[in-house]
Amino acid sequence: MNLHRRGLLASGAALGLGAASLARPAIAQGAPLKIGMITTLSGAGGYIGQDIRDAFLLAIELSGGNLGGTNVQVMVEDDGFRPGQGKQVAERFMKNERIKLLTGIIFSNILGAVAPDVLDGGGIYVSPNASPSNLAGRECHKNFWSIAWQNDSLHESAGQLATNLGQKRMFILAPNYQAGRDALTGFKRLYKGQVVGEVYTRLDQTDYAAEMAQIRAANPEGVYQFHPGGLGIAFLRQYVQAGLLANVPMTLAAPSMDATTLAAVGDAAVGINLTSHWNTDFDNAPSKRFVAAFQQKFNRVPTYYAQQSFDTALAIGAALRGTGGKVDDTEAFYRAMKPANFESTRGKFSFGSNNHPIQDWYALKVENVGGKPALVTQGKVLSDHGDVYASQCRF
Amino acid sequence: MGLLLEQLLNGVQLGVTLFLLAAGLTLVFGIMGVINLAHGSLYMIGAYAAAVTAAATGSALLALLAGLAAAGVTGMAIEFLVLRRLYARDHLDQVLATFGLILFFNEAMVLLFGRQPLFVNVPEALRGTLRVLPGVDYPVFRLLIIALGLLVALGLYILIQRTRIGMLVRAGATHREMVRALGVDVRMLYTLIFGLGALLAGLAGVMAGPILSVQPQMGEQILITTFVVVVIGGIGSVRGALFGAVLVGVVDTLLRAYVPGLLRQVMEGSEADALGAGLASMGVYLLMALVLLVKPRGLFPAHA
Repeated sequence: MNLHRRGLLASGAALGLGAASLARPAIAQGAPLKIGMITTLSGAGGYIGQDIRDAFLLAIELSGGNLGGTNVQVMVEDDGFRPGQGKQVAERFMKNERIKLLTGIIFSNILGAVAPDVLDGGGIYVSPNASPSNLAGRECHKNFWSIAWQNDSLHESAGQLATNLGQKRMFILAPNYQAGRDALTGFKRLYKGQVVGEVYTRLDQTDYAAEMAQIRAANPEGVYQFHPGGLGIAFLRQYVQAGLLANVPMTLAAPSMDATTLAAVGDAAVGINLTSHWNTDFDNAPSKRFVAAFQQKFNRVPTYYAQQSFDTALAIGAALRGTGGKVDDTEAFYRAMKPANFESTRGKFSFGSNNHPIQDWYALKVENVGGKPALVTQGKVLSDHGDVYASQCRF
Repeated sequence: MGLLLEQLLNGVQLGVTLFLLAAGLTLVFGIMGVINLAHGSLYMIGAYAAAVTAAATGSALLALLAGLAAAGVTGMAIEFLVLRRLYARDHLDQVLATFGLILFFNEAMVLLFGRQPLFVNVPEALRGTLRVLPGVDYPVFRLLIIALGLLVALGLYILIQRTRIGMLVRAGATHREMVRALGVDVRMLYTLIFGLGALLAGLAGVMAGPILSVQPQMGEQILITTFVVVVIGGIGSVRGALFGAVLVGVVDTLLRAYVPGLLRQVMEGSEADALGAGLASMGVYLLMALVLLVKPRGLFPAHA
């Protein structure tokens, strides 16, 4: 009797195991691939994170709930504009949720805290925005991808534009953090004139009166400033209020004048020159489709951040199509990602040797279109532009 | 010389904005013994109410009134609904509750108005610049902020030094128990003080709207500096708040303007700028440490 019972238990256990092992592959096929998105949804950069998140989810929605034929589930977490919090979220994503594929970070100081953990832990990070110089050069990594640009390129193109516009004496400003320092270095690389003043502001600063006074005293021919998000709105508005815009024209890189900044600054921005790798008026099918779908769904003009995030989703989709939806084999993911087999909203897009984009840069101008200020594309500034750090990169 | 004057004006303007916030904070802390972290939220609510009203009506005066009313009413509601239950508890509970309020109000603004910053224009009449000295043009709107701030300071002085309510406020700051023992309706006094503080924070928010960007969490950016002002000025002292605020505003502005330039003379350009910016942002905290070293109760201690 005793024996009998034991046998029954054993067979029951075997049945259970068998059922479990039978069920497992079925679950693996049905369970969506998890993608971890860490982005800034609070603070001055909050609207940027919102655009990054919305555009990424829009890309998934437009392709019928998947990316490259793979069912995906995006987990979104706010980094609170704090590197420490971003790092904690990344750890939780990787250890608890077993997520291998991460994206979403906007600010390079937060990426600086997160990227080493992700890459050392065998994960893949696809950046829709932040791409600091170190990750493009000496510390480049096979599993780190930038879909946006290398930080410097934003500002190199602006430097080229300022040179083209014939501005000989310029005053330049940026916040005192990695991307800010990259910005001014990048600007000076292709700017041929003389820099008459160079000022670093605080990243949490909102009042720029002291800087306005310095600009006025230096009396430059032009001003170049890099202040992303809400910082840029405050800076521009105060620049106009100080009566400077009428006398000292401003040249900008894309982050200082996105669609949201423009809406917040209003008519005062008309006449400002800037450079970007993409604009809402681009005449190609993927871009038109994206802009129309975004405006219809969210009822606002997409910023270039949204466009980068949209392209990021497309790029990930292309890679997943190549690997059959697997991210565990990072070598296979690398091979599938590298050709950039997706229809980018900017028309032309390819990866350089350091996994950073090679693309064209355009001059834009703020003009009055139908009674509202809008960014209008003027022409090309740089063609097939990569970055100077690629030569230092060895995988 | 012109540049120095302009930077001084900038410093005073920043100081005056800080004063509007610090005055309320210091009164609430000094007299009611409550640490109100949500003071920055009242500033934000004032800015939002003004921005929305200005967009809907186009009237600057209505925007000002709406901003003041929204902040004042919210302030009194907070006092009545939340803080009244916390007077007897220790500071940690108050910090926890008011921190919760910060989260609540920030998310409420996101839900109501979205994360995109709101657009606020400077009223037509106040645009442009005024020649203060030959070669020094200063935005009219910033001059107005300075004037308004000084006017508020004067008004508070009269209110506190010359009226019956002011007498109770002063008495409450120094001998809280005695005031209560003498049969003054302390509850009423508390609500009034809190409402006044909220009103001033709202005013600061309304004035900041056209200069900064109106968005969730704008209050926390300025709140930390405001606490520095309160500590430097002496907790509970409105006079201290005024002097502390102007001191902090001027020191912060001058450091930002001149430290990088001075460092440039001894080291390489971009390094000097980066180090200078770092030193300048430490400046007000160093100032606070120095003041506390010499006068541990702040410049104008209220509790003698």
